[in-house]
Amino acid sequence: MADAQTNVDPSAMKVSDEVAITIDGMNKWYGSFHVLRDINLTVQRGERIVICGPSGSGKSTLIRCINALEEHQAGSITVDGTLLSSDLKNIDTIRSEVGMCFQHFNLFPHLTILENCTLAPIWVRKTPKKEAEATAMHFLEKVKIPDQANKYPGQLSGGQQQRVAIARSLCMKPRIMLFDEPTSALDPEMIAEVLDTMIELAQEGMTMLCVTHEMGFARKVANRVIFMDAGQIVEQNEPEAFFTNPQSDRTKLFLSQILGH
Amino acid sequence: MSDVSFVRKDFLEPQDPPARERGAIKWVRENLFNGWLNSILTLLAIYFIYKIVSGAWPWFANGVWNTNNLSECREILDGATGACFSVLQDRWSQMLFGISYPSDGFWRPTLAFVLLFAAAAPVLFSTLPRKLLIASALYPFLAYWLIWGGTIMISIMALVGFAAGYYAFSYMERARGFAAGLAAGVAAAFVVWYLGGFVSGAMPGFIALPEVASRDMGGFMLNMILGTICVSLSLPLGIVLALGRQSDMPIIKGICVVFIEFVRGVPLITLLFVANVVLAYFFPPGTSLDLILRVIIMITMFSSAYIAEVIRGGLAALPRGQYEAADSLGLDYAQATRLIIMPQALKISIPGIVNVAVGLFKDTTLVSVISMFDLVGAIRGPIASSTDWTGIYWEVFGFAALLFFVICYGISQYSQWLERQLATDHR
Amino acid sequence: MSTISDPGNAGFRIGMLLSDTRYRSYTFQFIALILLIVGISYLVNNLLANLNELGLNISWAFLQEPAGYDINQRPIQYDSQSTHARASMVGAINTLIVAFLACVTATIFGVIAGVLRLSNNWIVARLMSAYVEAFRNVPVLIWILIIFLAMSNAFPQPRAFRGDNATSSMWLDSVAFTNRGIYIPSFVNEGWQATVFWLVVLASIVGMFAYRRYAKKLLYDTGRLLPMGWPSLAILFVPGLIVYFLLGQPVGLERPELKGFNFQGGVHMRLSLIALWFALAIYTGAFIAENVRAGIQAISKGQTEAAASLGLRPGWIMNLVILPQALRVIIPPLISQYLNITKNSSLAIAVGYMDITGTLGGITLNQTGRAIEAILLLMLFYLIVSLSISAIMNVYNNSVKLKER
Repeated sequence: MADAQTNVDPSAMKVSDEVAITIDGMNKWYGSFHVLRDINLTVQRGERIVICGPSGSGKSTLIRCINALEEHQAGSITVDGTLLSSDLKNIDTIRSEVGMCFQHFNLFPHLTILENCTLAPIWVRKTPKKEAEATAMHFLEKVKIPDQANKYPGQLSGGQQQRVAIARSLCMKPRIMLFDEPTSALDPEMIAEVLDTMIELAQEGMTMLCVTHEMGFARKVANRVIFMDAGQIVEQNEPEAFFTNPQSDRTKLFLSQILGH
Repeated sequence: MSDVSFVRKDFLEPQDPPARERGAIKWVRENLFNGWLNSILTLLAIYFIYKIVSGAWPWFANGVWNTNNLSECREILDGATGACFSVLQDRWSQMLFGISYPSDGFWRPTLAFVLLFAAAAPVLFSTLPRKLLIASALYPFLAYWLIWGGTIMISIMALVGFAAGYYAFSYMERARGFAAGLAAGVAAAFVVWYLGGFVSGAMPGFIALPEVASRDMGGFMLNMILGTICVSLSLPLGIVLALGRQSDMPIIKGICVVFIEFVRGVPLITLLFVANVVLAYFFPPGTSLDLILRVIIMITMFSSAYIAEVIRGGLAALPRGQYEAADSLGLDYAQATRLIIMPQALKISIPGIVNVAVGLFKDTTLVSVISMFDLVGAIRGPIASSTDWTGIYWEVFGFAALLFFVICYGISQYSQWLERQLATDHR
Repeated sequence: MSTISDPGNAGFRIGMLLSDTRYRSYTFQFIALILLIVGISYLVNNLLANLNELGLNISWAFLQEPAGYDINQRPIQYDSQSTHARASMVGAINTLIVAFLACVTATIFGVIAGVLRLSNNWIVARLMSAYVEAFRNVPVLIWILIIFLAMSNAFPQPRAFRGDNATSSMWLDSVAFTNRGIYIPSFVNEGWQATVFWLVVLASIVGMFAYRRYAKKLLYDTGRLLPMGWPSLAILFVPGLIVYFLLGQPVGLERPELKGFNFQGGVHMRLSLIALWFALAIYTGAFIAENVRAGIQAISKGQTEAAASLGLRPGWIMNLVILPQALRVIIPPLISQYLNITKNSSLAIAVGYMDITGTLGGITLNQTGRAIEAILLLMLFYLIVSLSISAIMNVYNNSVKLKER
């Protein structure tokens, strides 16, 4: 495996023809406020998509709709062939297929790191405890903090907490990972360690949807960058083309603001 | 430029502050006599303390400890100020155990009281080994047997019922979810209790203590019984009510809000009146519940509403992210509540719950108003109205106040210690 | 835009009542409602069966029957021939009287103790801690009884005030502490002049606030700062005094006087009232002290330092920066303490003060045997009082919340 910090060749990571997520004509309102307008998006298995855009553009809401943390009012979302409806069974199926990392980690502060990681496998997947712990240790090793397993989240640094959060999601063996601004609550020196973990994940072929402003990460890992504004997808392209030759004026303005200094 | 440059060569040793900034004089000056307002306050406070001490000390020091009634005591004092503590010696059993608890059984509630501390310790101090919690779980059954007597089989069968219910619950919950687990647990418990009734009925003499009827409970023991039972029962009820009130289902929320606000809006006395004269009407004709049980029902309702409000505060203090993380991992409502939300919400609410518990314990004295002989009832009834001790009040009420103070102050100190502990624990 | 369709719009199956998020909550609520109705009808059914068996019924006619008992504290016209409804009303007013008195006094005790507990005077702070702990940790019922018994034993009988070699004397010739109660002077109003005097007093109070408001407006509009302290005092007292003497002292004091075996004239406050009032006030004062202390401590030291660094004087810092913030923290628990006082005033029954629990829930209930009706009315009364106080608190909370945004 290549060193994460240095060269990553996005084309080396394969994208299959299989469809992972289909979003078709999806709309969402908060009361009378139209947050997501006619979103159409197809994600292939193995794709790494970075979603960016100004705050309030609906990018977080979009990925939160995919695992039903938010309810959409029109259109359809299909994840791995399961239609996201109001049927609890479908919601449960999709949630156990889809892992999610939050901006503020949302680790459970009253449980140890290991317990955080084994909780869902034991209670949702009904995995025997021993097996769940072995899996948890495996993923904790992967995010390089196996020695912290018996500490509590409050005793860890922000970067470590976010890596635990990633490991916690991976323990459910998801086929798709959603990242909701995973680095925006972190101190600068901790961002790299979290991004490294995400890059490694990408290299293993995980399907990823990532809301982030880390443009370096987007260039290195993503095979598609989506720019959203005012609840709609304004532009999407391969990262190189997206950054060097943006088409829409809004994209140009956004990129100039974010890369300006 | 050169006259700005400076390099220190000889480093200064620290020196003592001036005399007026040192020692007792400084302390007195700073803490008692800085400014004329503070000086006046200090003098007033000293005068007040002097008045209290000079009034109370002779009364206390001249106390008479061994007479049989008030007039003998007054004779001994012969007009001097002095307390007749002999009432405490003469009537201690009435104050602690009530008027009709059999005197050869006093060791039973005493032992139960001592064991209460041992049983409470693992719950109160999380540093103790978790295995001791099993002993705490056994305590209620042991205490029931000690205080009420009868065969120990009643307690054992009750315990077996709970254990069966617990195992049925945890087995079914893993397999079929929370609701099925709950149903199975309740069913298993009731089956065992029903069968257990025959078992304990068949062997009434098996490790038996003489039975004591509920109406014979009294004195401070009654306050302790009501306090501990009602607090323990109202905790689960309060959790359910708090969850109901936080629910987004309007009818369930409405039911909980109406219950909570109704109970919080009326004084405990009116609820005790209900227990005393009205509650019996609501049971099927022919059933007779004894008064202590009816009082327990009403006080539990009362305190569960207050505990529900405390826990609701704890629930509201949890960040939304915790709910979202639980959802995104695929936990259902029952799992998320039990594994993620409640442990944290309860931890935040502990100080508030302890406050409610202290308040409730103090409020158990209100049962004296519906003529139960708890500590206050025993003082106002059999002691104050006896020919021997008519007209005595400071000694007995002072003793009652002291008993309550020791326990309530202890609990509130514990709560403050815990609050500090939690404050450092949390990040 | 593509066609907007409802997500997962499949046909309805019966299993969806539990498995579909759209119907699930209705199912649960329906079950809860059914359980509630079944539970209530079971209880009501038992109630009716029990009443039937005992030959009783539910009737409110007893309220119109003569009560036949005396009430020793009568704020409104009442005698033993009045109805039970009237007796309950007297009790209700008595409850409100003692609750109001105790609320005011408890606030005073609480604020003083709370502020002094934070004082840097070691001995005073310790004394206040002792007060708070001693009263918070002992049941209020015990305090009520101790204070009642102590007063009725320590105060002399009225006849001790009699004769040339009286063992007791009145305080300032106008207040008598006896074991039957405390006698204080009352106001005697003479004719229209008295009315005018009281109106002027009222107007001065309004005038003082109007002046302060005007001074503030002047400061904001023109930057001119009028003195606040002495003009306020002047507006408060001077007009009243002038009118008092101009109209020939229309308001006098009626002092209690010993006639026969008892005092006549003035206002007679029974020991039951005083004990209940004082005990509730001093007990709740301890809780309020804690609220006040917490409220003041909640305002960070940084606020004081920030205000001082802007050049505000200490008095201004307190009025403009600390108090507005501290009050926001203090007032909600304060109001819930008022609620507690109102509810705890029902302990009146322990010292024989005739509040609504003593009349409606006590003698009326025992005489008529109408337990269900009497207790229902009693609860309703307390519920109305509590809900009104809560409503006021909600209005306050909302007004504070608005200022935050």
